[in-house]
Amino acid sequence: MSAYVLPRRQRVVALRLVLLTAGAVVMVLPFAWMLSTSFKPDSLVLQVPPQLLPHHATTANYTGAWTSNEFGRYFLNSVIVAVLTTVSAVFLSAMMAYAFARFVFPGRTLLFGLLLIGLMVPTMMLLIPQFLLAKNLLLLNSIWGLVVFYTGGNLALNTFLLRSFFADIPHELEEAMVVDGAGPWKRFWRLILPLSRPALATVAIFTFLGSWDEFVWALTIINDPSKRTLPIAIALFQGQHATSWGLVFAASAIAVAPVILVFAVFQRQFVSGLATGAVKG
Amino acid sequence: MRRRRETLWAYAFLAPGFLLFALVILYPIARAFQISLYNWSIAPGQASTWLGLHNYNRALHDPIFWRALVNTAFYMAVTTPVQVVLGLAVAVLLDARMPARGLFRALYYLPVVTSWVVVSLLFRYLFMTDGGLVNWLTGQHVDWLGSRWTAMTVVSILGVWKGIGWSMVIFLAALQGVPQELKEAAMVDGARPWARFRAVSLPAIRPVVAFVTVMLVIGGFNVFTSIFLITNGGPLDETQVLLTYMYRQAFTFLDFGYGAALSFMLTLIVFAMSLAQLRLFRRPSGRTA
Repeated sequence: MSAYVLPRRQRVVALRLVLLTAGAVVMVLPFAWMLSTSFKPDSLVLQVPPQLLPHHATTANYTGAWTSNEFGRYFLNSVIVAVLTTVSAVFLSAMMAYAFARFVFPGRTLLFGLLLIGLMVPTMMLLIPQFLLAKNLLLLNSIWGLVVFYTGGNLALNTFLLRSFFADIPHELEEAMVVDGAGPWKRFWRLILPLSRPALATVAIFTFLGSWDEFVWALTIINDPSKRTLPIAIALFQGQHATSWGLVFAASAIAVAPVILVFAVFQRQFVSGLATGAVKG
Repeated sequence: MRRRRETLWAYAFLAPGFLLFALVILYPIARAFQISLYNWSIAPGQASTWLGLHNYNRALHDPIFWRALVNTAFYMAVTTPVQVVLGLAVAVLLDARMPARGLFRALYYLPVVTSWVVVSLLFRYLFMTDGGLVNWLTGQHVDWLGSRWTAMTVVSILGVWKGIGWSMVIFLAALQGVPQELKEAAMVDGARPWARFRAVSLPAIRPVVAFVTVMLVIGGFNVFTSIFLITNGGPLDETQVLLTYMYRQAFTFLDFGYGAALSFMLTLIVFAMSLAQLRLFRRPSGRTA
């Protein structure tokens, strides 16, 4: 039986698969090339013709990046910054979202409007005044300068997303707790937060990845090499060792691995978070 | 009495987060414009001098500012339509019952979740003149990063490659929300797939197309990291975009006033573009029947 007589439906599926595969190759090829380079000794990195599967594969770049070039430390810095940012940003914005979703109070519209302004202003516009502020607060050249500003920068979007999720939780559940004498804090902690796990996971993932990957702010306020996070460490390393592509991409692979892991595990939250239509990855 | 306790509780829940937000976002917003009106001095003890709108006037007479503006507009004008069209095409291809659907979606989304730093260095490596994969695959010897438009093309290709997955995921979610009955009704009427897409799906996802376009235009004007790491504005400021030029003025030349003016102008342009597009998209087009 030739392909020609396949039922029309199957031919359409086959055509879709061919086109999608061609596109997927373009998407993945640069990553494959990056991984391949990271396993090559320096002498073969710019070899012509290039080899996708290196003949003399070596893990020297990985051990070199992790030990002698201190990427282990930068990895730890990135973990500390991203975890502290995620915990504080999710917690603070959940509290704000609860207030906006469940309470009526003077100034509610105004405060929410101010949050929306924070959502619309491009972050780069704030770079200079934020730098001067961080200088005055003695937060330059410190991990805390990253955590404080990353947290503040994530509050508006997280609050916005969580508020709409909290608002959809049936009021009856809370009223039952009120009858039992539970105050607002107990209702928030025992009812709202446990019921909102999927939404909290979504904002936590986006906050984590956003701070894990952040480059400009870290580049601007961190001078001390021991306080670098992975993105600036990789960029500065490349600037200093322009030809050590194997090392650069070994470090890059180390930086990207947790992101791919988080993405693979939480793909559903990613898609639902994006589909709410407010997140630019 | 109960009312007052409610209010107090609300403020208690808001206070920690909102105070931080006010400090690191609202206060800098207010300061951004103010700084742009000064010859800002960062050294302790030195007074900043009032310049009025001089920094803005200076930008209008600065040829590098205009070149950066053109480069930024080029990047935006190339990457936005290509990402919309290709993202939509991939979404349409994925919007069917088929094997490996989740895998494809994940592969197209991979560049979106990878950091700009990593993919920028990766593209610099791919487009190297000697030993770069692109020159080797195409059998050419192009000095991609050596001149203005080839370098801008590399950065635009990177922008498209990294962004397709994002628009695809959003379009896919929108396409799946198109009522099945509408598609079936069109099929019963004998409409071909392309006609069905034009008549049913496209009008239904029109607001989403508008949203994606607006976001991509904003994102396009905010291009920074890729230029910064691939060309750093060079050679000789040929590939500066607004934000790399702003960054250089502020953090290399320590001219914070001029840098603030540049970023404030960018913000104004982005706001104006967004408003114009919202107008444009709100007007119902007469063509789609």
